[in-house]
Amino acid sequence: MTRADLRDTLIGQLGQIAPEIDISTLDTSADLRDECDIDSMDFLRLITALGRELSLEMPETDYEQMRSFDNLLSYLRDHVA
Amino acid sequence: MPSLGADMEDGTLVEQLIAPGERVSRGDIIGAVETQKGTIEIEVFEDGFLDKWLVPLGTKVAVGTPIAMIRASDAPDPPTEPDVPQPVDPTPPPSPQEAPQPVDPDIAPSTPEDPQPMPPPIPEFPDEVRQRVTPAARRRAAQTGVDLRSLGAGKTIALDDLKPPKDETEPSPVSAMRRAIADAMSRSKREIPHYYLSDSIDLTAAEAFVANRNADLPPDHRLLLGVLYIRAIARALAKFPEFNGTFENDQFIPDAKPHVGMAINLRGGGLVAPALHNAHEGSLDDLMARLRDLVERVRQGRFRARELSDPTITLTSLGDRGVVGITGVIFPPQVAIIGIGTPGWTPVVRDGHVVARRTAHITLAADHRVSDGHRGAGFLRAVISQLQTPEAL
Repeated sequence: MTRADLRDTLIGQLGQIAPEIDISTLDTSADLRDECDIDSMDFLRLITALGRELSLEMPETDYEQMRSFDNLLSYLRDHVA
Repeated sequence: MPSLGADMEDGTLVEQLIAPGERVSRGDIIGAVETQKGTIEIEVFEDGFLDKWLVPLGTKVAVGTPIAMIRASDAPDPPTEPDVPQPVDPTPPPSPQEAPQPVDPDIAPSTPEDPQPMPPPIPEFPDEVRQRVTPAARRRAAQTGVDLRSLGAGKTIALDDLKPPKDETEPSPVSAMRRAIADAMSRSKREIPHYYLSDSIDLTAAEAFVANRNADLPPDHRLLLGVLYIRAIARALAKFPEFNGTFENDQFIPDAKPHVGMAINLRGGGLVAPALHNAHEGSLDDLMARLRDLVERVRQGRFRARELSDPTITLTSLGDRGVVGITGVIFPPQVAIIGIGTPGWTPVVRDGHVVARRTAHITLAADHRVSDGHRGAGFLRAVISQLQTPEAL
């Protein structure tokens, strides 16, 4: 999967959780949950969907590495085979 | 039309999922109604056959109006046909472009053959004041509920003489939700003599339990701390029945089972607090799966009638990104609401030493018509105590 594909995957799944988010105005370096008003259940749903689509475990202890959109995208790039 | 809470007066039938003559079983979803709180699925409570629909699609009717006739499996003849109810509100439902309906991706929304009930006939005027009204203006007047007589006689009323259909009289879904919340909360503050108690919960053990358990689990099997709160409340209620039930007609009706309403914030404004039925039963994993399913359906704006009407107590939890404390307003006709703030690190004195612990602020707002502070304190302590041994939940 290319880097652009991963970004599209992330945007697509984020759109399922927060449909009104406009990626062009999103501060991709800010805390993703604050930026998109995502509660713990919605964050878990996002992680579940990404893990399923990309066959990743995304352990809870790695959540700190997924704070912003940019962090999360880097995390996906580092972990997708 | 089922009542989905004390604040609901009417609803609009928007889906008929079963055709006349089809067999139905207890628990089947046979249709859906649009309310201020979203689209609510209608369950059937007996086995039999759907004899006929009594309310056309798109029609708003009062709570209590028969929607469909169900013939019991063993009844030989169809019962006599009751009067077909009339819509209580001649205002047609908002058209799709004005008020997007929540759509369940699994179930294609039925397309009503005639989504707009016929407006009431415009009364004839005596000949001397007879108005001329263009057909387009007459249609818009019917949609917006404008009385054409107020626009005067003696001239031709055209479309430009009428305001566009979307104005203050046609509330958007969010403001309808806001009004539903306002009605319920105003009634609560007017009728329920609240008393308030608060304490601090040590959540160090509970958070560690959740983290350890989730460490090796895939995302779809992970627990959230909120599930432990729900279970702890459900367990504590067993010895404090005066906090679990409803107060109606000057009387408290305790419920034998804890149906814990979970306040769920909606994107774009508003909240709902549907029930997790029998929250004392099943494993934590099972309760988590039910909470996840409930939240997903709430996010789609779609839940079941019983989930809105059945809560016997409510939990409002600020999660991990809120503030220190929340004191809830009781959801009538319930008699108690527990609020749990965002957990944080706190210096706590234990055995003469200051230690860092994870704690949260917990509150109880309860109905003085049913209980007093002494029992309330006992209940709150019981909830806190349950959360000290998370492995037993």
